[in-house]
Amino acid sequence: MVEKQKKIKPGALCELCHGRKAVMKRPKNLQKLCKECFYNVFETEIHNTIVGHELFKKGDRVAIGASGGKDSTVLAAVLKTLNERYNYGVELVLLSIDEGIKGYRDDSLATVKRNQKQYEMPLEIVSYKELYDWSMDEIVSCAGIRSSCTYCGVLRRQALDRGAAKLGIDHVVTGHNADDVAETVLMNILRGDTARLESSCSILTQSSGSPIKRSKPFKYTYQKEIVLYAHYKKLDYFSTECSYAPEAFRGTARELLKSLESIRPSCIMDIIYSGEHLVLGQKKKVTQQRKKPNKIKNDMEQEVRSDGSIKIKQNETKDGNRCEKCGYITSNRICKACLLLGGLEANRAKLDIEGNTAVDGAAKLTRTLEKLAF
Amino acid sequence: MGIKIKVEFLGGLDVISSGVREHKCILPLEEGDATLKDVIQFITKNVITDPKDIPVFICDETVRPGILVLINDTDWELEGGEDYVVESGDVFTFTSTLHGG
Repeated sequence: MVEKQKKIKPGALCELCHGRKAVMKRPKNLQKLCKECFYNVFETEIHNTIVGHELFKKGDRVAIGASGGKDSTVLAAVLKTLNERYNYGVELVLLSIDEGIKGYRDDSLATVKRNQKQYEMPLEIVSYKELYDWSMDEIVSCAGIRSSCTYCGVLRRQALDRGAAKLGIDHVVTGHNADDVAETVLMNILRGDTARLESSCSILTQSSGSPIKRSKPFKYTYQKEIVLYAHYKKLDYFSTECSYAPEAFRGTARELLKSLESIRPSCIMDIIYSGEHLVLGQKKKVTQQRKKPNKIKNDMEQEVRSDGSIKIKQNETKDGNRCEKCGYITSNRICKACLLLGGLEANRAKLDIEGNTAVDGAAKLTRTLEKLAF
Repeated sequence: MGIKIKVEFLGGLDVISSGVREHKCILPLEEGDATLKDVIQFITKNVITDPKDIPVFICDETVRPGILVLINDTDWELEGGEDYVVESGDVFTFTSTLHGG
């Protein structure tokens, strides 16, 4: 784009270098910056997050969970830059999940393949189909579109771990940004999901017994700045909404957060700050009244799931336990993925008889039909 | 006479204009009289393909929160927002930040 030669007003100058025209206003502190100073501040903040939390060690091999979307594309670009600039000495690998969503994931994977060349990183693609023998398109045609995010979320988490294990890598970084973290905190508060509230703010998570840790170097990075960085640097990213309906509750929480941000931009950092400092009180009182004293200890460990149901204790399973079916780490006898897939298998036979051939790209077809109707 | 402008929809926002990302438009107003508010109104009437999609772009009579607005590649917050006075040749970029990453 051709820059127009206009006289720069004094108030329009960058507040850091005082030399160039400011092009953006940081939502975090309302500072007006020029492109160069913005790049510098943006990258340095992420560097400080990485160093401050000791996310990497020299010689580490790190997998970047890459979807081809803005967050993971910027993450790959920034980590490559920082690794070279500050000599982290880590080896970066792109790890992508192919959920099997025609007209969505196949296009975004094409972006990741371009990124592979642009950033000169190895790329590993793990697909639901080869891992679970189910593609998302098949799952949706069997289980319906409404629960698509539930299935996809559970399966993706495991697929990332398995992909990393396949590569012999024990650290996966994801592009979750400050907006995502704040959104999750908000959702957990709104749902009363206090169990998840505590862990949703940690920058580095690892289930005990699992060799794979996950971290979010963008935990304190605003979505707006990620989009601006990608835009100004002309990064190649994919931006189409998933063909399947996003989880309605998350969508509403996101809108609420965006509306709040437009009035008070710092609220995203403030929500994360609150989340980090919330300390859950003990749930002693209720159980003490109901149960015998010698049972208190066990009752306190009872897990209340987000849907309000209570986990039934099966032989006192602990974190670090293995799924009986697939061997994946789980706190239950059978992992969530196997549980969901088991339910699907029961319906698969029925599906075949019905002769459903339009499984592939079912969502894309629906979209196309919708457009035709108008 | 009208003001020649360019409107861009990025970050997946092109869904509201049949997948077209770039639109060269002539704003039917005199230079000096038109503000970004007029551009937004013009877009809702002339650029968005299906009126049903207007709420994807507009919320409470302004651009929906979560859509990043750039005027000639500069954050609209630094250019007076909706009250920015449109000049011939201006490029308005609307980028959705709401899509997954």
